Amino acid sequence: MVSRVLKRVYAALIYIFLYAPILILIIFSFNESKSRGSFTGFTLKWYKQLFSDRQIMQAMYYTLTVAFIASLVSTILGTLAAIGIHNMKKTTKKISLNITYLPVLNPDIVTAISLMVLFIALKLKLGLLTMIIAHITFCLPYVVLSVLPKLKQLNPNIYEAALDLGATPSYALRKVIIPEIMPGIISGALLAFTLSVDDFVISFFTTGNGVSNLSITIYSMARRGIKPEINALSTILFLIVLVLLILINKTTNNETKEMR
Amino acid sequence: MKRQAYSIPYLTWMTIFAVLPLFLVLFYAFTTKQGSFTLDNLIRFFDPLYLNVLVRSINLALVSTLICLILGYPMAYIISKANIKARNTLILFFIIPMWMNFLLRTYAWMTILERNGIINKFLSLFGIKPLSLLYTNGAVILGMVYNFLPFMVLPIYTVLIKIDKSLIEASYDLGANKLTTFIKVVFPLSLPGVISGITMVFMPSVTTFAISRLLGGGQFTLIGNLIERQFINVGDWNFGSAISIVMMAIILISIAIMNKFDKDKEGVNLW
Repeated sequence: MVSRVLKRVYAALIYIFLYAPILILIIFSFNESKSRGSFTGFTLKWYKQLFSDRQIMQAMYYTLTVAFIASLVSTILGTLAAIGIHNMKKTTKKISLNITYLPVLNPDIVTAISLMVLFIALKLKLGLLTMIIAHITFCLPYVVLSVLPKLKQLNPNIYEAALDLGATPSYALRKVIIPEIMPGIISGALLAFTLSVDDFVISFFTTGNGVSNLSITIYSMARRGIKPEINALSTILFLIVLVLLILINKTTNNETKEMR
Repeated sequence: MKRQAYSIPYLTWMTIFAVLPLFLVLFYAFTTKQGSFTLDNLIRFFDPLYLNVLVRSINLALVSTLICLILGYPMAYIISKANIKARNTLILFFIIPMWMNFLLRTYAWMTILERNGIINKFLSLFGIKPLSLLYTNGAVILGMVYNFLPFMVLPIYTVLIKIDKSLIEASYDLGANKLTTFIKVVFPLSLPGVISGITMVFMPSVTTFAISRLLGGGQFTLIGNLIERQFINVGDWNFGSAISIVMMAIILISIAIMNKFDKDKEGVNLW
């Protein structure tokens, strides 16, 4: 009995540790005064200022543009790559897999500076384009690694059955293989999107020319001192994440129930 | 079957943007500014000034990893013991903060720890003078633990829920008490999760430069900050590349050691 209470208290303390900082940001996003020490009155002015802050809105735009393009390109290239790698012979497969693991295992900062060095060597101007290329590069392996297991689970006979029934290889690919591995493709795409939205280190080194995403903007703002607009931004982002994850969790729970 | 060809665009892309850049870094690490071969960049890193930075980074990362393990293992264990519905909700609430931008989470701690922050305001109610909590070792470790704790809990939890319940029952049937069962059965079986948790916390802790910059202040240098400074402020790419190569070597070697350790253990588990 005592141990049960102890367990609950422990779990509660850990959750408080996880959520207290976020809660404090949310509370102070409604605080009249700029100081975080005391709550002087309720206001929505930081939200108003947030949406009229050109720097933050621009960063939001770049973040979403880069994430959209990077996840789209890496999902297409990565899915094709996974199909290719799945059909490779032993040695070539091993080499391709090692290349895939390279950016996953390598520290972010090494990937970041190596890309920066490459872009400068190629005389590419650092900016939106280089940031998109960098994001595609670090998203690609994650797409490949989420599609490959689905291909392994795939029954090879259904592809051959499609061919026997007169389908051309590309038709069989589109109508048989792609639908079968769709869950892997979707989770790869989602993973790529969230990785791209959340990325800081690689973007920091591969961008320039005034192009900065949300992470870079938060980093430079936080270094200069604390701005109440960031609290408002945190609150909005937290609510979006909360609603999205609870919705996703609900639908997957319902699906598993239906499957039973 | 020419489906292998589908991977050509990908492999071309990765060769240009993932493999080639590493060779460029390698090239810079072993050349002077004029482009002739040298080992000076690497040797320079072994100067006590820089070596201390490396030692400090590894120390802080080890402390953070240890704290994550101590806090995270019981948590993973408690969650894994709950019933399925509660379990999913508890894990979901563990994942939600991870989906918030990690800079915002780090920034949240800045507002708590700073001089006019919550903790100091609270202490002043009791007449305690404001403490300098921000820009210390402790603040950096706190930031790391806060950001990376889920990376420890999730892999351990995944392994714990997969443990065959009949093994635990067998242990009780053979007369072991709860503690012995945990030490002799549950913990050894959960080691693969512990190992991947350690790797997943240690790696980002060693290489971070944003957490140390925001919570440790400007004067607080970790190896990540050193690399950043060489590339962004100083412009000494050769030295920066040499540090990156050393860091990459440390990370890849520690992953290799962890993997080997993991495999040995798995071999034992497979009888």
